[in-house]
Amino acid sequence: MMRRVYVASVGLIRVGRHYGKDLVDLALDAASQALASVDIEPQLIIASSMLAETLQEQSLLASKIASNLGLRYRPAIRVETGQSSGLAAVYTAYAFVASGLAEAALVVGVEKLTDYPSAIVNKALGLSLDSDYESYYGITPAAIAGLSMRYYMEKYGVSRDELSEWPVMMHTNAAENPFAQIRRRVTKEDVQRSQIVSDPIRVLDTSPVGDGAAAIVLASEDLARRQGIDGLVELAGFGLASDDTVLSIRGDLDTIPTARLAVEQALSRAKTEINDIDVVELHDEYTITAMLLLEESGLAEKGKAAKMLAEGRFHPGDKPTVNPSGGLKARGHPVGATGVYQVAEVTMQLRGDFPGVRVSGAENGLVISLGGLGSSAIACVVRRA
Amino acid sequence: MNISPARIWRNRVPRYRLVGGECQKCGKRHFPPRPKCPYCGAKDVKQVELPRRGRVESFTVLYNVPEGHRDSSPAIIASIILDDGTRVVAPLVDIDPSEAKTNMRVEAVFRRLSVDGDYGLIVYGIKFRPVMDGSRGGEDRAGESG
Repeated sequence: MMRRVYVASVGLIRVGRHYGKDLVDLALDAASQALASVDIEPQLIIASSMLAETLQEQSLLASKIASNLGLRYRPAIRVETGQSSGLAAVYTAYAFVASGLAEAALVVGVEKLTDYPSAIVNKALGLSLDSDYESYYGITPAAIAGLSMRYYMEKYGVSRDELSEWPVMMHTNAAENPFAQIRRRVTKEDVQRSQIVSDPIRVLDTSPVGDGAAAIVLASEDLARRQGIDGLVELAGFGLASDDTVLSIRGDLDTIPTARLAVEQALSRAKTEINDIDVVELHDEYTITAMLLLEESGLAEKGKAAKMLAEGRFHPGDKPTVNPSGGLKARGHPVGATGVYQVAEVTMQLRGDFPGVRVSGAENGLVISLGGLGSSAIACVVRRA
Repeated sequence: MNISPARIWRNRVPRYRLVGGECQKCGKRHFPPRPKCPYCGAKDVKQVELPRRGRVESFTVLYNVPEGHRDSSPAIIASIILDDGTRVVAPLVDIDPSEAKTNMRVEAVFRRLSVDGDYGLIVYGIKFRPVMDGSRGGEDRAGESG
């Protein structure tokens, strides 16, 4: 019998360029915040990062973080599923606590991307594609997303103008979020005029490069109740699916089959339905990714997400409100940390203390994270206890 | 860059000859070839040379090319449905970005992909170009290296 698992505390730093801090400094900043607000000693540490080796020449990152936190000799593991590594780390820690192997676990997601020029960072981010059949040909994640975006626009007759509503909404939401990398509003004209990355994808369709770290402490029900923590939030169900690393095998350009499977599994395990979700934080690495995830999660019919968005759906005040944080687009996307940010943000929404755009009275939240552009998809239902 | 000759050599057959997998159970084909069928999971997958012609399903004009591919900027990357229905994602060449169109007929050619600095290895592979002979379709030229 699996036990219930609760989020006891969260810690976040603002996503951005942290010149003075290395990977471990960033991890410690977030973890110390999370640990300071509860009287819980984690029995194990699950860390996540996608590019610690590639950009910071460090494996065994979890051991280093544990020791620097004064938690020497505790079990420490780093989890990697590309850009969804953060949510994979939360899932792994959840499994330890739910199974009874641990009473409390610390999850730390961290990424340091800004030390190098963009050609090197972009090459590193491209490691999530197939090394033999995609990056070998000079194909990048933006190119893969660009193929989907053109296909989607032509198949469903969706315009550039309709899609531009996504970055506009994300920047508007992020303007209120103190942890967001970009707190500047943009217009549809700004999106339309921004530099082309991989036509039809423009810079303002993509997430910015930034450093970041987020941490959460998970506790078993017994421990959480004993601590008398206010505003308990439960991780009510996870779903995870994997798929091939090549787009040519994953399937039609307007689908992300792993996302559909992960969301269905998470909702089913949490014994809830998509219509009961009040707040969503999803993986809008590109504008088109957001559209496809709205559709795969069942929030929009196939080909209708952009039109619903243009009609005002998913904005603050709607049920569900999607990406009140500003999303990957504007909160930022420190890749291996992003999933932990999302869980921390939804937790704060359900507790009622998120310091940005707030979804009042939210009971159920949903987090969706992608590795690559669908080679891994993870979903988690978060619920007010 | 540090391109390893062994890594390139291992994939020479599917990359240079456009070889995919054909499931002997469900009959579906896929590229690149995998040991088990991605659609039905069957173990019996035969490697087959795929048709060298197809149509562009979607394309993108990539300006932000990675290190090692600067010579080919802007690169046109296309999703191509070969004449047997197999999907391949590859660069399009011999065409101006403004002339690329969805559904245009294309054929496989053998081309240089990237160069490892001034003295390093040259990496080759298959790209696609518009069908030149004017016939909208034509016979597949399986086995011929373009």
